[in-house]
Amino acid sequence: MSEPMVKIDSVYKKFGSNLVLNGISVEVKRGEVLCIIGPSGSGKSTLLRCINHLETISAGRIFVDANLIGYRQSGESLYELHPRDAAKQRREIGMVFQNFNLFAHLTVLENVIQAPLTVGKVARALAIEEAKELIARVGLTAKLDSYPAELSGGQQQRVAIARALAMKPKLMLFDEPTSALDPELVGEVLDVIRDLADSGMTMIVVTHEIGFAREVGDSLIFMDAGEIVEAGSPRDVLLSPQQARTQEFLSKVL
Amino acid sequence: MARKRFSQQKASEQGPSVVVFAAIKAKKLRHPVRSIIATALILIGLVVAVDAAFRPAYDWPAVAKYLFDHRVLEALVNTVQLTIFSMLIAIVLGALLAVMRLSENGVLRNLAWLYLWIFRGTPVYVQLVFWGLLAVIYQNISVGLPFAEPIFSWQTKAALNAFVLAIIGLALNEAAYMAEIVRAGLLSVDRGQEEAATALGMSWWQTIRTIILPQAMKVIIPPTGNEIISMLKTTSLVTAVPYSFDLYARTHDIAAETFNPIPLLIVASFWYLAVTTLLMIAQHFIEKRFGRFESYAKAKNSRYKRSRGVN
Repeated sequence: MSEPMVKIDSVYKKFGSNLVLNGISVEVKRGEVLCIIGPSGSGKSTLLRCINHLETISAGRIFVDANLIGYRQSGESLYELHPRDAAKQRREIGMVFQNFNLFAHLTVLENVIQAPLTVGKVARALAIEEAKELIARVGLTAKLDSYPAELSGGQQQRVAIARALAMKPKLMLFDEPTSALDPELVGEVLDVIRDLADSGMTMIVVTHEIGFAREVGDSLIFMDAGEIVEAGSPRDVLLSPQQARTQEFLSKVL
Repeated sequence: MARKRFSQQKASEQGPSVVVFAAIKAKKLRHPVRSIIATALILIGLVVAVDAAFRPAYDWPAVAKYLFDHRVLEALVNTVQLTIFSMLIAIVLGALLAVMRLSENGVLRNLAWLYLWIFRGTPVYVQLVFWGLLAVIYQNISVGLPFAEPIFSWQTKAALNAFVLAIIGLALNEAAYMAEIVRAGLLSVDRGQEEAATALGMSWWQTIRTIILPQAMKVIIPPTGNEIISMLKTTSLVTAVPYSFDLYARTHDIAAETFNPIPLLIVASFWYLAVTTLLMIAQHFIEKRFGRFESYAKAKNSRYKRSRGVN
């Protein structure tokens, strides 16, 4: 299985006349953690949202586990996927948002079992059992019956991670998972993500936590103005950046 | 005095870590103007009530006589049925129109807009008259292909009686208002909720049904309750169809026989008010039920914070 888990092949994305992604190519091997850093507006979040087809791309190809995302190719022709098939692709890709986006009307347990029940058609008892394991894994067993509004930001984000894992994804996408958190709550979320990385999950993490990226990332890209400015091992890029733009950015955030 | 007792009770609840303080004992501020206005209003109210009780035009014995008259009670049932059926259709149709207005399909979106424009832009009374004339405009209702013999055909007059036409007229008008209420509800739910559901692989319909609608209910329910109450009263216009077995038309007809309209107006008002009161009570409980996740969380949260504060 040398096939990469994620293959992004010269992807362009335009919002109107605004070029947000300008020829992005990158691969993520199985079990690898790719960290993406860069200033806001550099297109990192957009790239992430293209991977599970929350956004459509203007040009290029994205493959997850060798499946073309959002389209079906037949010879030279490309066909848009039916929403049902796009949804099927998304089930295998977990996503964690900056603002958690927990379902406000559901308890912690209900949040985690919702997708397995409605999408996965898992039996309720089994879904609950698996959800409880996941919630224990993120250390929130005591909060099973709490509503999102009763939890701290860090707790909400840990539930959001458990909720994404409930669909047993092959790939996890993290969109600035700690950016909306109070500083003292960042650690607990990073711990959970770190554990997940150690368990061999393939992940793409958009983050501003440079220290975390260096520690957990297997590879790292620095993006600016829709381009990959620099790519390599986190150690190399962060400690000895070659590009002026990378140096400038790192001097600001470190 | 009452205030002092309260602080002591609270102190004993909190146990040893309590600060004992001397509660403020101040003379209450007087509001003479407020008191005078209140007294005057109460007096005026009493005068009006006593006067009404003895005024012959109100003819209270006649009110008592017709209040539980079987014709009035049957009319009450008809009015409630008109309200329920037309609101049920209006809610379903309104939800459909709301989804159409938010659709990516331009034809659906504009069609919904056109519907709203027409049905909100003309008086419901005029619409009801139109529905009453349906049989004149379309003598037959046929199902089939154009330029071919119809597969089914009904005579309009036979298929749709005044009661059904009244329900259609009320429902189609109300659907335009319900559409706006449902749309506001759907838009009130944070977009992140839809995104999270989509990212989990839920279909559009699963997202609407399990994530968006339950949260939108909080915004949809209160104005819908008002619309139901409003509909109960709007049913008095179905005489335009003409349908004459609803509460208002029936009491009006009885009054025409007895040449004594005022007590029957009171009878009608009494029953409208009675049903409205029931609806308001029901609305109160339904709102509580759908606001559950928020109020529940708030109550628990404040308890949580308090317990933390003590530690």
